[in-house]
Amino acid sequence: MITPATATRSSNLLYSSSEWSFELVAKAYDAIHKIGVDEMGLDIYPNQIELIRAEQMLDAYASIGMPNMYRHWSFGKHFAREEGMYRKGARALAYELVINSNPCINYIMEENTMTMQALVLAHAAIGHNHFFKNNYLFRQWTDATSILDYLTFAKEYVADCEERYGIENVEAVLDSAHALMNQGISRYPMPRRSVADIKEKAQLRRAYEEQTYNELWRTVPRSKLAASLHLDKLSAAAAGEAASLDLPQENLLYFLEKHSPKLDEWKRELLRIVRMLAQYFYPQRQTKVMNEGCATFVHYEIMTTLHERGMISDGHMLEFMHSHTSVVFQPSFDHRGFSGINPYALGFAMMRDIKRICLTPTAEDRAWFPEFAGNEQPLETLKDAWANFRDDSFILQFLSPKLIRDFHLFHIHDDSQSAFVEVKSIHDERGYKNIRRRLSEQYDANVGDPDIQVVSANLSGDRRLTLHHRCRRGIMLDKEQCDRTLLHVAHLWGYRTKFMEMDAETGELVREHEALPMP
Amino acid sequence: MDIIDRRLNPKSKSLGNRQRFLRRAKAEVKEAVRGAIKQRKISDLGRGENVRIRTRSLREPSFRHGRDSGKRDAVLPGNKEYAPGDVIQKPEGGAGERGTKGSDQGEGQDDFMFSLSRDEFLDIFFEDLALPNLVKAKLKNLKSPEAYSAGFATDGPPAKLNRVRTMRNSLARRIALRRPSQEELDEIAQEISNLKALSPHDNQKIVELTARLNHLLHLRKVVAYIDPIDLRFNRTEYRPKPKTQAVMFCLMDVSASMTEDLKELAKRFYMLLHLFLTRHYKEVDIVFIRHTTEAQEVNEEKFFRATDTGGTIISSALNEMIRVVKDRYPVDDWNIYAAQASDGHNFDDDMERCMMMLEAQVLPLCQYYAYIEVHSDELISPFASVVWNGYEMLTEKHPNFAMSRVSGPDEIYPVFRELFSTPEEAG
Repeated sequence: MITPATATRSSNLLYSSSEWSFELVAKAYDAIHKIGVDEMGLDIYPNQIELIRAEQMLDAYASIGMPNMYRHWSFGKHFAREEGMYRKGARALAYELVINSNPCINYIMEENTMTMQALVLAHAAIGHNHFFKNNYLFRQWTDATSILDYLTFAKEYVADCEERYGIENVEAVLDSAHALMNQGISRYPMPRRSVADIKEKAQLRRAYEEQTYNELWRTVPRSKLAASLHLDKLSAAAAGEAASLDLPQENLLYFLEKHSPKLDEWKRELLRIVRMLAQYFYPQRQTKVMNEGCATFVHYEIMTTLHERGMISDGHMLEFMHSHTSVVFQPSFDHRGFSGINPYALGFAMMRDIKRICLTPTAEDRAWFPEFAGNEQPLETLKDAWANFRDDSFILQFLSPKLIRDFHLFHIHDDSQSAFVEVKSIHDERGYKNIRRRLSEQYDANVGDPDIQVVSANLSGDRRLTLHHRCRRGIMLDKEQCDRTLLHVAHLWGYRTKFMEMDAETGELVREHEALPMP
Repeated sequence: MDIIDRRLNPKSKSLGNRQRFLRRAKAEVKEAVRGAIKQRKISDLGRGENVRIRTRSLREPSFRHGRDSGKRDAVLPGNKEYAPGDVIQKPEGGAGERGTKGSDQGEGQDDFMFSLSRDEFLDIFFEDLALPNLVKAKLKNLKSPEAYSAGFATDGPPAKLNRVRTMRNSLARRIALRRPSQEELDEIAQEISNLKALSPHDNQKIVELTARLNHLLHLRKVVAYIDPIDLRFNRTEYRPKPKTQAVMFCLMDVSASMTEDLKELAKRFYMLLHLFLTRHYKEVDIVFIRHTTEAQEVNEEKFFRATDTGGTIISSALNEMIRVVKDRYPVDDWNIYAAQASDGHNFDDDMERCMMMLEAQVLPLCQYYAYIEVHSDELISPFASVVWNGYEMLTEKHPNFAMSRVSGPDEIYPVFRELFSTPEEAG
């Protein structure tokens, strides 16, 4: 290819028109990679960049952002809806989509201009990628190397089941499993016990008993305590049952998969697939602000560096600024377009703010953040935050009074019994701590998700399953939704299922639901 | 870093999901489709459609917090005037934080609009419909060839070369005949040049190696990399497939008594029929006959568009039909169908002739004969029309004769279904 001599000599621009090409994307990626990895010291999985069309992006949207998802009507429904919105022009498509996998897969759209391609490469291929690889939640809960293989397995398994048992039957199980997806998460790591481990332990125990066996002990009369325990057989059996079922259990899908009396083996495997996916996405739900903030911060840093070095022209830089500012725009609560706090806006502002506190702290910052104010190591501080926090803890730790003022945050209290909403605190000296705490709570997944547990399952009697919902602050479940979802639980359990909503503080029963499986 | 171009990946990857979705929403989509057809112009009966459906069967419930109980706290951006302790009146009807989130989701949950492609639309529209008694007792000996793949052949056009099979054979043969690989040759050549480089030549060894090299080179020439006997081709065979042939006669009265509205109704009916036939029976011939006092075979365009007027003699159309059958559609070879539309008027003295022709000539020819009578709403008379009265006797005697009345565009579809529903559905 012949390039104009002037262009090559007089400037080191990465590209000069808005049209992208594979060569230009590769060239831009190299420059971005150099800044992100070599200079900023970010740690990423190898990247795989895939160019897709709008229809493919819609498709990825519909199947919860995963390539190679198994087939289910709900994905078709979401596709139809997204497509309708897109056709009407009511919604624009994302410029990119990134998958937490190793290698990290970045989908970029063919409609993007070259500037947008550079932006999304910096955003996703470097920013999100670094976050996925380093944040503790992702490290602990997701296995980036195996997720794509697992999806392929799941897809084939579901297709195979459809062939064997009929599409309707598979759908019925998946419908029920999807309904319980949010209750398919283990919030605390389960002890990792393999069968081999358990066997080994049992063997060791027996060996020890054999070694230390002494005939003499047999002649010693039993203690009263032991005898009374022996008499109380019934409760012991119940306790034993609860223990063998690992009750109480918050992971409904796990419980049903392991202990539901009537499910076929393949149905259990389907539950397991849905549960694995729910678990895979759990970290993303807890790190929206941080994840987007990290990616936005990184793309901003990289793009401005490219511009400073003359690798992006002023005109294209303006184009970048335009999209960047619309991404980080935060409408206020009374604005027509308000739909909650924009994670990009909050995340980006907080990351920038941390950088500012590290470099040019005010007296207030020094008082609030003595650990890192003025340490002049913004990147190290940020990397530490990206690695070791999730949204709620991040906000609790790093939200500064300056940001509360900038966002004009205020805290309201809403009692459903009252006709009024009360303003509790605003962005002033007395309000900072309270607002920070409340905002952090708002992002705490443990508060946002209903607290539902399996408390008992009568396996020897009428086989009734009992679930409890502990209502925090008097917030009950949406009744209609709850009844419908309960039907799905009953469907998987196979017998009568009872659902009790209890007040978390007083423990008294607020509402009771019951469902029978359909014959 | 890899860049992969996925744009050329097969389209409609989500088709499987879409089919599952449509099957799931079948009842609702059907309802919407049938509603949609009523409002359509004739010219775009067969278009795709944006349908709005209520998604009762498409709900995806989950355990989630209700909006109408308990106490909540929220942090919002953009405070302008509030001070701690202020109270704000909640907006009417919406609890929670200004009701924005709740209502958006609620609306989206219950019904939404999406578009159906033309094919999907028509599939749903014509579901469970079929031409009755399509297979003739005497099956046609006319057969059309159908291709299917039948293993592999040793001969064939290059385009059908099966590379995997061919290379498998080639590899097996090369191993069996010990064809030396290039590496082997290179190794020996290298060894020879190494030996030659040494100052005291080991001549004996060099000669031996050269002989071996020549032998191997010879072997390579004799044993080809790919030999004609390795070649395998995909083989396609044709087997004859019996074909059913059918012809549909569309008879329409276009006389003066048929007002524009009535013609419109009749045309709608034929439009549906036409769409249905062309979609489900690729092999069906359609013959259009329009008549006033005399009948004429016309093409599709003329049938639906042209306007001329006059009196009514139905037997003329029947005559024309019989003539066409004799000319082109021998009864033994063809399934013959007819649909007749009229407003029920006929010259009185023609009625008798009509009945005779139908009984003696037309009905014995036909697998199925459907008569629809079009009325305008205002003019429903308590007395049945001449034609209706006459034809009514036929229904008893001839199971292949059916008749129905239509007085508005919204009745066309039900009547159409009634006339062409599959026996299972009709019960």
